[in-house]
Amino acid sequence: MDAAERGSSARKTRNGGETTLATEPKSCGTLVSRGKASCGAHGGQADLPPAIWDKVKKHPCYSVEAHHHYARMHVAVAPACNMQCNYCNRKYDCANESRPGVTSEKLTPEQAAKKVLAVASRIPQMTVLGIAGPGDPLANPDKTFRTFELVAKAAPDIKLCLSTNGLALPDHVDTIARLNIEHVTITINMIDPEIGTQIYPWIFYNHKRYRGIAAAKILTSRQFKGLEMLSARGILCKINSVMIPGINERHLVEVNKAVKSRGAFLHNIMPLIAAPEHGTVFGLKGQRVPRTSELKALQDACEGEMNMMRHCRQCRADAVGLLGEDRRAEFTKEKIVTMTVNYDPEARKAYQARIEEERHARIVPTQEGAGEHAGGTSDIKVLIAVATKDAGLINEHFGHAKEFQVYEVSRSGAKFVGDRRVDHYCQGGYGAQDDLAAIIRSINDCHAVFVARIGGRPRGELHKAGIEPVDQYAHELIETSAIAWFSSYLEKVKSGDIQHVERGDGAIRQDPMVSVA
Amino acid sequence: MPFKIISSQCTGCSACETECPNVAIFEKGGTFVIDPKKCTECFGHFEEPQCVAVCPVDKTCVIDTSLPRYQPPA
Ligand code: SF4
Ligand code: SF4
Ligand code: SF4
Repeated sequence: MDAAERGSSARKTRNGGETTLATEPKSCGTLVSRGKASCGAHGGQADLPPAIWDKVKKHPCYSVEAHHHYARMHVAVAPACNMQCNYCNRKYDCANESRPGVTSEKLTPEQAAKKVLAVASRIPQMTVLGIAGPGDPLANPDKTFRTFELVAKAAPDIKLCLSTNGLALPDHVDTIARLNIEHVTITINMIDPEIGTQIYPWIFYNHKRYRGIAAAKILTSRQFKGLEMLSARGILCKINSVMIPGINERHLVEVNKAVKSRGAFLHNIMPLIAAPEHGTVFGLKGQRVPRTSELKALQDACEGEMNMMRHCRQCRADAVGLLGEDRRAEFTKEKIVTMTVNYDPEARKAYQARIEEERHARIVPTQEGAGEHAGGTSDIKVLIAVATKDAGLINEHFGHAKEFQVYEVSRSGAKFVGDRRVDHYCQGGYGAQDDLAAIIRSINDCHAVFVARIGGRPRGELHKAGIEPVDQYAHELIETSAIAWFSSYLEKVKSGDIQHVERGDGAIRQDPMVSVA
Repeated sequence: MPFKIISSQCTGCSACETECPNVAIFEKGGTFVIDPKKCTECFGHFEEPQCVAVCPVDKTCVIDTSLPRYQPPA
């Protein structure tokens, strides 16, 4: 269940079952099984087989709805890598999974296990431990698997998750299965070796360094083999692809088909992050990064093929907390040493049971009919940004928002299409002016921004930029409000009060995610 | 001539550490160093020195010409 569905269900709770709003089944962004898209009536379960639903319902990265409730953490135990990517500078982190420009705090497996327990006892909704670098976890198999073993023993309720470039994957599939690692992410950016040569300068395989076409061919064959082996064992595979304009953007549609046919469960296409100060090859040579419209068009093009992930925040190899937040500053090496660990599986279970109860209370069956609501036969589509802290409600001040959820509204309903991370504008002090400009740049493709409250100055600036600040739906449901607003928008367009214009592009943040604690 | 690591260039990624067949490489203050007494230039093990092949930074693992060439045991 995603925000859309939560919205309609919360409405039902309030209005005593009279739900007039519906979501277009295919558009809700919920995790659904192979192409059979639906928001489902079972809290996001959709038509997933129960065994798979069980695996994803508490995984914030695999289920768009779970990411509002459950947290994940990464431990940086794997510094080494067996290849080089042009979007990576090993001085910092693996840009594959992490934001570049900042270094994760390296841990030994023992330190990592202690950190996991410390976090698990303080954040009871932390359900997933991932190892994603900073290099490649499978280029550091001893450290990676030792960490998983320690954690599985001490905290068997935590799900294990792994992210890899795939080069060494086939050698480790048996260990992955034995350790009950249920989720594996493979970064696959190309299947055409010519394109591979523009992304990977070299790989290190079988004690030799390979370059060019040969390197790309080996990489693809190893990735495919690993993916097939994992699928055969029922391990869920997510594919991450970095969209690099001019290099692989059209090609990723082919990648999408290739991985789907090999059993991949979910595809996450993320934008290249490349600023000169990151010191990556792409950064230094001024490789262009995607525009939000390009990214969305590509994600849309792949959506019919398989489940797309749209809520990725490209988190760091040592991230801690809910997807949109970063609590790693509370759990640094020094702090962990002094922390007393009080891991209580029963308390965690009880806490998570309450989360599940709350999730269930909000469920209503999917209904038809949003089309009429959004008025007529217009094929206008607009994006709106929403300030929200709880999925489904417009309940955040403009100035407090750390990110905006972006919805595409059309006559078929409101569809979640992604998040835009911003800095708080309302921190006072210096630079607030610049921050406001940066926020406007990041949502510049939106026609409106929905907020619980907004101050006079930002209101004026937004108007000037052509973005309508909308606060009359404060604390209402996102979906209903979006559609109500959109209906009146269409009416105004029809009556000639306003003219519908296409918006520009939003900017994708290139700087590292800073702590918001 | 054993290999050595130019420590100002080393990113401390540890990739070389696990590849060295002689366990000659170890961490020292965030970067890595090679024990010249243990380094055999990968002779008899691999075609190319593994530290050179796996290091992400070019010209970071280099030959230390001030020391004599490795002599395989007769
Ligand atoms: S796999 Fe990750 S760490 Fe390795 S080179 Fe690529 S981006 Fe860097
Ligand atoms: S040349 Fe070979 S033996 Fe010498 S340090 Fe490098 S990897 Fe080890
Ligand atoms: S592989 Fe190179 S950069 Fe990495 S630790 Fe060894 S010498 Fe340093």
